[in-house]
Amino acid sequence: MKDIGFILLSWVITVGSIATLAAVTLRRARELSARVPDDKKPWL
Amino acid sequence: MHDMTGTKTTRAIGIIALLVTAWVVISAFFITPADQVQGDSVRIMYAHVPTAWIAYLAFITTAIASGFSLARRHRTLGFDRVAGASAEVGVLFMALTLITGSLWGRLTWGTFWQWDPRLTTTLFLFVTYVGYLAVRRIDGDPRQRARRSSVIALLAVLEIPLVHFSVVLWRSLHQEASVLNPDGDVRLDGLMLFTLFSGVVAFTLIFAWLVIHRQRLMALADLDRVVGLDAAISARRAEGIGSAAT
Repeated sequence: MKDIGFILLSWVITVGSIATLAAVTLRRARELSARVPDDKKPWL
Repeated sequence: MHDMTGTKTTRAIGIIALLVTAWVVISAFFITPADQVQGDSVRIMYAHVPTAWIAYLAFITTAIASGFSLARRHRTLGFDRVAGASAEVGVLFMALTLITGSLWGRLTWGTFWQWDPRLTTTLFLFVTYVGYLAVRRIDGDPRQRARRSSVIALLAVLEIPLVHFSVVLWRSLHQEASVLNPDGDVRLDGLMLFTLFSGVVAFTLIFAWLVIHRQRLMALADLDRVVGLDAAISARRAEGIGSAAT
């Protein structure tokens, strides 16, 4: 496959950035959840 | 174990998003053919085009939620959080559009960047929403923040038609739309089109998952401030009662 470096880099940046945001979001949610009582979370 | 921002629905969305994304990556690299003109570089399109469309979707969602936030007297903060969360995700997708577009441009045009109408208006849209997020971080009353940022979101969304039609309005290096073009003609092979739409579905699910989690995260941050404030007030009262007794 020609230009595989550029193509691979595009996909690694795309998937990697989205996965990083998802991981950061979940980690922050875990931290804040521990400080807020469950009965104050309307989605539960 | 404290329950976090996930529910059965978000877990289902997450699993489906992962499966569809895996299919898109496999199809983009191993199943779809190379383009007759652009060769293998067209494989970047399956990431580039969906990120652009989802950025538009995110900014339109921000505008709609901002409209509700302004129009309603109740639950304005809920709509404001959706607007903020959607803009955050939109900025990430817009950045990815610019980066993948730049890498694709290097392969097809021989340059990472040109001050071309499509690229320039896209960069302008990205910078506008970075500014929107900066305004959201200004300290102050949450309802005042909601009103202020809602007005900006309703003005900023007007840039999207300018970006989308920039390739028609001005002479542009960027190709015209292969799918959402004014004459309604789809200029893509069936499997390529299916993979592209799979990418749009995958990224839409990811967008929904991220926005749901991030707006709940904002709600948790607000609740944390209230819980902390309540605890501080209770401690102060207890101090007052203690000193009055002695």
